[in-house]
Amino acid sequence: MKTTDELLRIKNLHTGFRIKDTYFDAVDNVSLSLRKNEILAIVGESGCGKSTLATSIIGLLDRNKTRIQGEILYKNKNLAEMTEEELNDVRGLDISMIFQDPLSALNPLMRIGDQIEESLIYHTKLTKEQRKERVLELLNQVGINNPERVARQFPHQLSGGMRQRVIIAIAISCKPQIIIADEPTTALDVTIQAQILDLLIDLQNETGAGIILITHDLGVVAEIADRVAVMYAGEIIEVAPVEELFSNPKHPYTRSLFNSIPQMSQENTRLNVIEGIVPSLTNLPREGCRFSSRISWIPEEAHEDNPTLHEISPGHFVRCTCWKHFHFKSDIGGSHHVYAD
Amino acid sequence: MFMQIDNLKVHYPVRGGFFNRVIDHVHAVDGISMEFEKGKAYGLVGESGCGKSTTGKSIIGLEKITSGKIIYEGEDVTNKRRDRKSAYNRDIQMIFQDSHSAMNPRKRVQDILAEPIRNFLSLSPQEERKRINELLAIVGMPEDAKLKYPHEFSGGQKQRLGIARAIATNPKVIIADEPVSALDLSVQAQVLNFMKDIQNEYGLTYLFISHDLGVVKHMCEHISIMYKGRFVETGNTKEIFENPQHIYTKRLLSAIPEVSPIGRIERKRERVNVETHYQKEHNLSFDEKGRVFDLVPVTETHFVAASPTIKEVI
Repeated sequence: MKTTDELLRIKNLHTGFRIKDTYFDAVDNVSLSLRKNEILAIVGESGCGKSTLATSIIGLLDRNKTRIQGEILYKNKNLAEMTEEELNDVRGLDISMIFQDPLSALNPLMRIGDQIEESLIYHTKLTKEQRKERVLELLNQVGINNPERVARQFPHQLSGGMRQRVIIAIAISCKPQIIIADEPTTALDVTIQAQILDLLIDLQNETGAGIILITHDLGVVAEIADRVAVMYAGEIIEVAPVEELFSNPKHPYTRSLFNSIPQMSQENTRLNVIEGIVPSLTNLPREGCRFSSRISWIPEEAHEDNPTLHEISPGHFVRCTCWKHFHFKSDIGGSHHVYAD
Repeated sequence: MFMQIDNLKVHYPVRGGFFNRVIDHVHAVDGISMEFEKGKAYGLVGESGCGKSTTGKSIIGLEKITSGKIIYEGEDVTNKRRDRKSAYNRDIQMIFQDSHSAMNPRKRVQDILAEPIRNFLSLSPQEERKRINELLAIVGMPEDAKLKYPHEFSGGQKQRLGIARAIATNPKVIIADEPVSALDLSVQAQVLNFMKDIQNEYGLTYLFISHDLGVVKHMCEHISIMYKGRFVETGNTKEIFENPQHIYTKRLLSAIPEVSPIGRIERKRERVNVETHYQKEHNLSFDEKGRVFDLVPVTETHFVAASPTIKEVI
């Protein structure tokens, strides 16, 4: 099923926000590629830069307050250097986005049908009748039972799951090559989440688009991703195919995260707590291993001076060398009761 | 029995029409019964709008009970819980989902923590200060935290302050309404570990309200699944997970993503099966008004909502 056609290549991307005339990189030297027919999940906790990465790709950041360096190559063009007009021709047509909160992503004063039609008007040469037909077809495709009625309704008349389906219909309206989904199911109940995830998989099988899925939920990743990139403090610290990452996680951060999930299968085990807190953007350690302060029991020599991604098995990359020496603190009888921040 | 809820109902009036009269009721909680034993954790699970938060709020007295009884240590406290100084109010406390909006932004931590102490315990200023230091130590915060304001803390720290306030009066029951759903995974782990520790130490009883079955399974011995203001299934955690009876429970369980990519294609197929089954049997599982049936026993501790006709078969 998988081919090696590369859709998008990100090379050494830096996205910095301006705070008091200094730029701080929220995304720091990220390189990634997205292939056709692939669901690439980007995982991390709040503040790790995963959403900034997504908005950098699609060019939604305010250029007066941010600085984007590096390359985002799509069809041999660098999205990072495009003007707003050029981007408008790409957004919605080639690359589209699904947002977390469907209610605030929809216009409350516009009928559903008209909102879906908007990008068709902008990007295609369809006639009015053809557009109407396409709107109904799209609503049908995302599993809405009564497309004619829903097309005439307003967003507030729909449930959360239905709204997210409408957002997906808008995103796929021009058959984009790349779909960026930023926490698409976080605001939804689990049963609705399952339906939306299944819908995304089905749509991808039909269209062959590449999907970048931004999420904090490792369960969602396990359910639909093909490849996973884990982010911490603006950097990618581990990339691997999904089976490999879940069966054989290597980086201390990835392993710590897995151990803090209240596992559905295990009972009464203590959850792992990662010591310390995620450093804020202005206090990021820009040198050395960024995770070192949170695994202070691992000796300094274990870390690289300039941690880079190492390929340890085909397609599995890990940053820094500290994973070779990592063990959980509790494994050596360390204190369980660590609450101090 | 330490505490008991008997046929609790919370109905909201819907007003409209001429003279703005009451024309209908929303049955937010529609006849639920629970029994609590000391030192155990009880989970209340359901999707948004099922009435799980209303249940929690009505037990503590933030919501008016339409009918039903709350019996606490052999005493009917249904109406007493609204009287400010009652022992029931001291013994039962709540942890909120969003601890940021649950704390007065203009008050320092020491005043936030002192509020329940001043309300329920008559301590001298020195004793009060000592108690506040104690509380901060229990939740693992430095003493200088008491001069700070809520906004100066991170999400996990604020949630711990919320817990410190809840345990200030040595309560016996804590109602935790989605205490970790706003937190990141590693911070969530910290708060959950901590809630377990203080439970073991002080013999607390928890009513743990959450939409996250993984968290509830980790924390609770007993789970009730709620739908449209009623229980569809209630039983020990093991029974619910290993032998779910109600189609709604099955649907909920099949929808939870497993933290392993192995077997996900089969899981998807299973999910679709359960969903079609659910759509087909929806009418059989609920009565003609769409109301959940009364509970019938499966085992001594495991109950499921079933129609009276099926009950005969069992």
